[in-house]
Amino acid sequence: MKDFLKRLPEQAMRVIAVFVMLAAVLLVAWHFILPLDMKEPALQQMSSTIREANKETKYAGAEVCGPCHEKQHDIKKTGYHRDLSCESCHGPAQKHADNPAEVKPTSPKKRDYCSYCHNYNSSRPTGFPQINPDTHNARKPCITCHNPHDPKPPQTPRHCAACHAQIERTKVASYHAALECTVCHKVPVKHKTSPRSVSPTKPDTREFCGKCHDKVSPRKGVPAVDMTAHGEKYVCWQCHYPHMLGGI
Amino acid sequence: MDRREFLKNCCLFVSSGVLAGALSPDAWAKTIYKDYDPAKHLYGMGIDINRCIGCGRCMQGCKTENDVPTEPYYFRTWVERYVIKTDKSVTIKTISTNLDEPAEAFVEKDMLRSFFVPKLCNQCDHPPCVQVCPVGATYKTIDGVILVDDKRCIGCRYCIQACPYGARYLHPLTRVADKCTFCYHRLVRGLLPVCVEVCPKQARLFGDMKSIASPLGRFTRMNKIHVLKPSLNTDPKVYYANLDGEVN
Repeated sequence: MKDFLKRLPEQAMRVIAVFVMLAAVLLVAWHFILPLDMKEPALQQMSSTIREANKETKYAGAEVCGPCHEKQHDIKKTGYHRDLSCESCHGPAQKHADNPAEVKPTSPKKRDYCSYCHNYNSSRPTGFPQINPDTHNARKPCITCHNPHDPKPPQTPRHCAACHAQIERTKVASYHAALECTVCHKVPVKHKTSPRSVSPTKPDTREFCGKCHDKVSPRKGVPAVDMTAHGEKYVCWQCHYPHMLGGI
Repeated sequence: MDRREFLKNCCLFVSSGVLAGALSPDAWAKTIYKDYDPAKHLYGMGIDINRCIGCGRCMQGCKTENDVPTEPYYFRTWVERYVIKTDKSVTIKTISTNLDEPAEAFVEKDMLRSFFVPKLCNQCDHPPCVQVCPVGATYKTIDGVILVDDKRCIGCRYCIQACPYGARYLHPLTRVADKCTFCYHRLVRGLLPVCVEVCPKQARLFGDMKSIASPLGRFTRMNKIHVLKPSLNTDPKVYYANLDGEVN
């Protein structure tokens, strides 16, 4: 071995030395300088996941509000807004939860915040309480009449249209415009105060429509049909929608 | 330092590096956040179209929580308004969270039906975005969420092109791809994603598919469920109830 090394020219020894040094540097860099997550994809993903998981939250979640704001919490839990999270209206409140004395969440008092949800929009599901902001006490802040934590109407609604605006708007343009809702629907008094648990009736037989539309006992100006021959086994509202324009 | 000591230190140094390198991803997973164990969860979201009122609180909340730019074309989640006319034409528009923008709210002419569709990253089980990423920056976590490693991402936008749901965007400040994470930093703390937290009508539901008591379990049991673009076999984990056939 010694002989072999001695026979090597000095230049070669130097080149070998350089390569050995380089290899050593690489080895050290790979093992001790490069972070683990740059070498192994699974670990790289894990470190990214850890970074993602440790981002700070801005919304504290509805559970943290109750213990301090007992009064509002209790009012809200039986009202129409019971499913609404506090932060839906009051905005992100993690900072307030961490430091209740110094950071206060917002409290929307103007008319336009309520209108995000309660302005009339034809795409909203039927039955969701909506208003026309131009005609419903224009410019008056909503909170003068409605407590946002328990948003009951200030008085029991007198007209069906207060809640069933969409039906009302189609009905006024139909042949049934002159008919009161109560001609076809029996409305229990309790429906006005607990609308979801007590529902009004709907006509359920052909004979109900026949009271006006049967040829046997025609009313003046009302289209009449032979109830025995017309439509046979079908109920009337399978073809005719009573609220619709023209009553197709 | 003598030669013996030097060699001993070398051995210790190298073996400790090997040991750390051999640490399995499973062991790392235990360190994501406190005692959070990702192997015990598999997340999914349920969206009930019949409940969405298009108030845009989810969009607003998401932008606040996740520092999404406020401009109206960067979204992690957004809500589309569908209007289908009697001639079967369909218009789709992402709703605005800005109240000053004129709302096309009132009944549109010849409207047949209309509804809102909340959208977000579907957290596919077979994600096309993960497949196309050239640097492995986007990946699926053990608990089923698709994340982007913002240190690894080179901003090439392949994933933005590949996503069939248009759920990704290039963040204008960090210049990397950004998308919904199901609010991963909230999940590890046991909180709900912000869009679910602030939804006033519970149109959005969140759950763990590995838990029997999860609200998502009941949601998928009690409703007729559809996912977006099932033909692409992406196997989304965002489940829609009462989805219209026109939605794509």
